[in-house]
Amino acid sequence: MKETMTIPKDTLLSLYRTMVRIRRCEEQLARSYAAGTITGACHTYVGEEAVATGVCAHLRDDDAVFSTHRGHGHALAKGVPPRELVAELFGRATGCSGGRGGSMHLFSPEVGMMGTSGIVGPCILQATGAGYSFQLKETDQVGVAFFGDGAVSNGAFHEGLNMATIWDLPVLFVCENNMYATEVAFKDSARNTDVAGRAAGYGLHAEAVDGNDVVAVYEAASAAVARARQGGGPSLIECRTYRTRPHAEGMRDGGYRSQQEIDSWKARDPITAFSRRVVDDGAVTAADLQTIDDAIVAEITEAVAFATDSPWPDPATVADHIYGGVAS
Amino acid sequence: MSEREISYTEAAREALTAAMERDPTIFVLGEGIGERGGNFNTTLGLYERFGPRRLRDTPICERGFVGLCTGAAMTGTRPVVDFMFIDFILDSVGELTNQIAKIQYMSGGRLKMPVLLRGCVGIGGGAATHHSGSYYPLFLNVPGFRVVVPTTPYDAKGLMSTALRSDDPVLFLEHKSLLNVRGPVPEEEYQIPFGQAQVCRQGTTVTVVAIGPLVPKSLAACDTLAAEGISVEVIDPRTLAPLDLDTILTSVRKTGRLLVADESFGPCGVGAEIAAQVMAQGFDDLAAPVRRLNGVHTPTPYSPPLEAAVVPSMDQVAAAVRDLAAE
Ligand SMILES: Cc1ncc(C[n+]2csc(CCOP(=O)(O)OP(=O)(O)O)c2C)c(N)n1
Ligand SMILES: [Mg+2]
Repeated sequence: MKETMTIPKDTLLSLYRTMVRIRRCEEQLARSYAAGTITGACHTYVGEEAVATGVCAHLRDDDAVFSTHRGHGHALAKGVPPRELVAELFGRATGCSGGRGGSMHLFSPEVGMMGTSGIVGPCILQATGAGYSFQLKETDQVGVAFFGDGAVSNGAFHEGLNMATIWDLPVLFVCENNMYATEVAFKDSARNTDVAGRAAGYGLHAEAVDGNDVVAVYEAASAAVARARQGGGPSLIECRTYRTRPHAEGMRDGGYRSQQEIDSWKARDPITAFSRRVVDDGAVTAADLQTIDDAIVAEITEAVAFATDSPWPDPATVADHIYGGVAS
Repeated sequence: MSEREISYTEAAREALTAAMERDPTIFVLGEGIGERGGNFNTTLGLYERFGPRRLRDTPICERGFVGLCTGAAMTGTRPVVDFMFIDFILDSVGELTNQIAKIQYMSGGRLKMPVLLRGCVGIGGGAATHHSGSYYPLFLNVPGFRVVVPTTPYDAKGLMSTALRSDDPVLFLEHKSLLNVRGPVPEEEYQIPFGQAQVCRQGTTVTVVAIGPLVPKSLAACDTLAAEGISVEVIDPRTLAPLDLDTILTSVRKTGRLLVADESFGPCGVGAEIAAQVMAQGFDDLAAPVRRLNGVHTPTPYSPPLEAAVVPSMDQVAAAVRDLAAE
């Protein structure tokens, strides 16, 4: 685990708060799925919280994040309130996509959450396109793509990284290498499982980090985001991590990985490791963390109540917003 | 209308140039659309004026740059994809149908999707099967697209100008045989609204709804048919999505007979859709079943006699109209 003393206390607490918010929210969503309140798919981010947290800590509302089927953590880290996420999965009008999306289609452009996607791959290209916009408009915004090891073997990875590099676009590519795409091991999908190493083939900056170490992710993203803002072009960060729940809630998790492997990664839980470290370093106190824990429990309880009390979307609106029309 | 005559391609290019002058967020992506000015001269002279960021030559990765345009449109710019031949669009169908067409809806209208997708469609010149497709029925089946098929230089300019103001993804499809056709075009900017068909010739016996190159072919058949006592009304829908059904229904009310003439494939195509809608809304006006004339449902062959055999000809239009008039 990386040294924490160079990071201000407020930032450390904020990293902790975001990770715990994601964890508690995901645990709640898993319970709601089991209870039948969530009727569609639900892919949780449990075990991978450090990645979204460490990256999004450097992003502003006007930076654009594009994400995947496993996007709850990205949405929360980018600033979507838990109540809007829970309401979306409950299918309510107050959800961040008005109940049109569910788990895999989270839109909140107000905070730069430009969408999660049920299709593996497009987020890489869309983040590249955001980078194109920002370069054309000469702003210092950045586009960020989160994607799994499964997307690395998709053509979008090749095409997106190539275009971002040749045009020096302000883009950050964040690969969450959790070693599996559903039940297929990455080592069976790719001869070369060194994702960061592939960057040399395109000529962009790359780094592989321990994706369960929020400080390591935070520092790698700090450099990459700063470089993008200053016109230094795109970067790839490979975050080596692990999902400790099944691919999706309700799915059988056996056959393709061992309990021993799961347990070994649970022992490296990113939240437990971080809290132990910051307290040991003397950077924060156990009481500081407890205050956050209590606040998050209250926040998630309120989010569920909000979602439960929210109205269903009006069926009369089912075909609204297919077209935007012609600007005058 | 001005007397000045320019080509279809020049007319569309004038609209693009004016829009790019007015709106600095418009940029064009494609292969050879930069310094070279486009395989079909769609961007000739624009690189010198607007530079490499706004006239961007791309690697050959259609899926990739269509995906890029999705993200760009979501973040405040207005991309134009110049596919050269529209056949290449098929490499990007996932990005188009699953992303571009759905994002306005999924975001509840909070995101706009102003992407213009243009390319040359249709059969001709021995282009053979990978450079001759039309494919617009595919996109008509998907909610979220505007599909524009201009026939004249005047319409090419006015519809291009509208497309570059649209918040929706627009497929702007330019038929090979029309690119060098010349016609009167005003110098100033103007817009033709989507969903307004043009009645190209008035008649009383048979209505022909013709798409793209079938418009001039149908018009060319009219005089002979008139001499035979068959008065043909020719309608050019100009946009297929949205479709101006009212103009078609009004015409059918008068003629009672409808032929849809379209080079693209028949099954699940434009004619099938128009026929179904006219039957649903204008059945009592029909004196005969709606007829379709389409290109042969086959890949496009190369050899001149084979190529000619798959495309609906003026004579076939005339024959179909005669049959319909005799019903
Ligand atoms: C193009 C495409 N093919 C297949 C699927 C079905 N699918 C959903 S998630 C998934 C695995 C993705 O693995 P990875 O990218 O590593 O992300 P992870 O689930 O591990 O976070 C697959 C195959 C899909 N969503 N999109
Ligand atoms: Mg994976």
